[in-house]
Amino acid sequence: MTSEWVFNLYVFVLATFVGYQVISRVPPLLHTPLMSGTNAISGISLVASLVAAGSHHRLSQILGFVAVTCATINVVGGFLITDRMLRMFRKKPAVGESTMPVRKAETS
Amino acid sequence: MTPTEVVFSLSYVVAAVLFILCLRGLAGPETARRGLMLGEIGMLIAVVGTLLHRDIIRYDWIVAGLLLGSAIGVAISAWIPMTKMPERIALSHSFGGLATALVGVAEYLRETAYLTQFKTAALGFETFLGFLTFTGSVMAFGKLQGFIRGAPITWKGQNVLNIGLFVGALAAIGLLVAHREMQVVFFAIAGTGLAVGVMAVLPIGGADMPVVISLLNSYAGLAACATGFALSSQILIICGALDGSSGLLLSMLMSKAMNRSFSNVLFGAFGTALQPSGPVRQLGRSYNEATVEDAGAVLKASQSVIVVPGYGMAVSQAQHAVRDLAAALERRGVDVKYAIHPVAGRMPGHMNVLLAEANVSYDKLFDLDDINDDFARTDAVVVVGANDVVNPAAKKDASSPIYGMPVFDVESSRSVIVLKRSMNAGFSGVENELFFQQNTMMVLGDAKKTLLAMIGEVKDGGH
Repeated sequence: MTSEWVFNLYVFVLATFVGYQVISRVPPLLHTPLMSGTNAISGISLVASLVAAGSHHRLSQILGFVAVTCATINVVGGFLITDRMLRMFRKKPAVGESTMPVRKAETS
Repeated sequence: MTPTEVVFSLSYVVAAVLFILCLRGLAGPETARRGLMLGEIGMLIAVVGTLLHRDIIRYDWIVAGLLLGSAIGVAISAWIPMTKMPERIALSHSFGGLATALVGVAEYLRETAYLTQFKTAALGFETFLGFLTFTGSVMAFGKLQGFIRGAPITWKGQNVLNIGLFVGALAAIGLLVAHREMQVVFFAIAGTGLAVGVMAVLPIGGADMPVVISLLNSYAGLAACATGFALSSQILIICGALDGSSGLLLSMLMSKAMNRSFSNVLFGAFGTALQPSGPVRQLGRSYNEATVEDAGAVLKASQSVIVVPGYGMAVSQAQHAVRDLAAALERRGVDVKYAIHPVAGRMPGHMNVLLAEANVSYDKLFDLDDINDDFARTDAVVVVGANDVVNPAAKKDASSPIYGMPVFDVESSRSVIVLKRSMNAGFSGVENELFFQQNTMMVLGDAKKTLLAMIGEVKDGGH
């Protein structure tokens, strides 16, 4: 039993190092997508929720159901919204086309 | 190991690799979307792998939860406006926290008789951190959304109470390890987690939200890690560690950008003591109130312009108007850049997302360190709803609460145009010397309306 948690501790420490290294290379430009992206990834708690919802224990099923719902919201919503944000980050030519006529109408 | 178990275990290894590659992709906007796709594939593999798990004996609740969660997730991400991103992030942290906490409760109730001491402790931490993240994020959401007063709510003995609750929770986890069958203790831990989440966020002001959201991010990650230890699930530990380290890194960057320590943000309740003195000291000071025409004339005479956006731009949804003003100036041959402070707005990267939404090319967005030397060579700076990040007191006035915070040197440019709703002291209640300087023009009113009028000025008339 002891060896198991030591092994898990190794996984934890190494994953934290990898995470720190990888994430410190993310530019401030993408900090919001980073946050919503890691949020989607941490929706992996879905796998634990699945086991709780699929068990034989009545209360565990109900709690698991709520947990599955919450985690799925994060996974599905997190990936979708991160992609929606990333699609907006584009490099454009120097003087961009714009919606000036529409805006002009608002001013007058 | 049966073949199913082999597939199950391997699916998690593949998923872990894909998640790390996903984050690696976020190192640049060109690779980010492809990276995200890898993360999505990883998640799909992990979920399908789990459904082959032998402990799963029925699928009805699972399917119901997956369908309901997907529907809500799709709805939220399709309809939420970009200006509401901080709220969405806070809300998703609360869902994440709740999910882990409920898994902890379910696991405890189902397995009480078989728990080892280590697993009991891990479940205790999981439930405590999960519920803490849940209520903390709901509070943060409420403050951002305006359900709860955004200003810090403080009272005497607050810190002592918070620390007491924290220590109490640790003691309860210790007790539970010794007597795992004591359900009362377990639920006391859960209740304390809920209480600590509320208490910890109440005293924190709106301007400190970037740090709080980052911290809650890392708590959500730690809770997922604790789940991983409780269930001996390496994929959960890895993902929790990735989430946790990202939250930790962001909170450190945010704290650094405000020149404050974690403990200062958590226990300091920024701004409360200052609000009475701030506005009073401003009375009687003279400032240059300028019209839209004056501001337009200055911009028309400029060769280079830097825009400094702040939370005020998000509030008045002025990002499109900012972009249009920049486009109008660029058409006149003016060089326009954007200076983005790490803590501008209510979450890390808030301003970047809004400007990207408004179609501003990302190579025009500059970080504090990359642009600060340019102000001295710039003709005009347009400050759109930013306050603390352009306050010279952070450099000069040792008695100022924001002293030491890295800020933009906007005052060194030839002229500064500040768009501000009124002359009231900002959210933090700190007086801003910039507004009273000779080369500063104050254009008061709603930022979006002012910008639209300025676009008209810049477009009309010759050179």
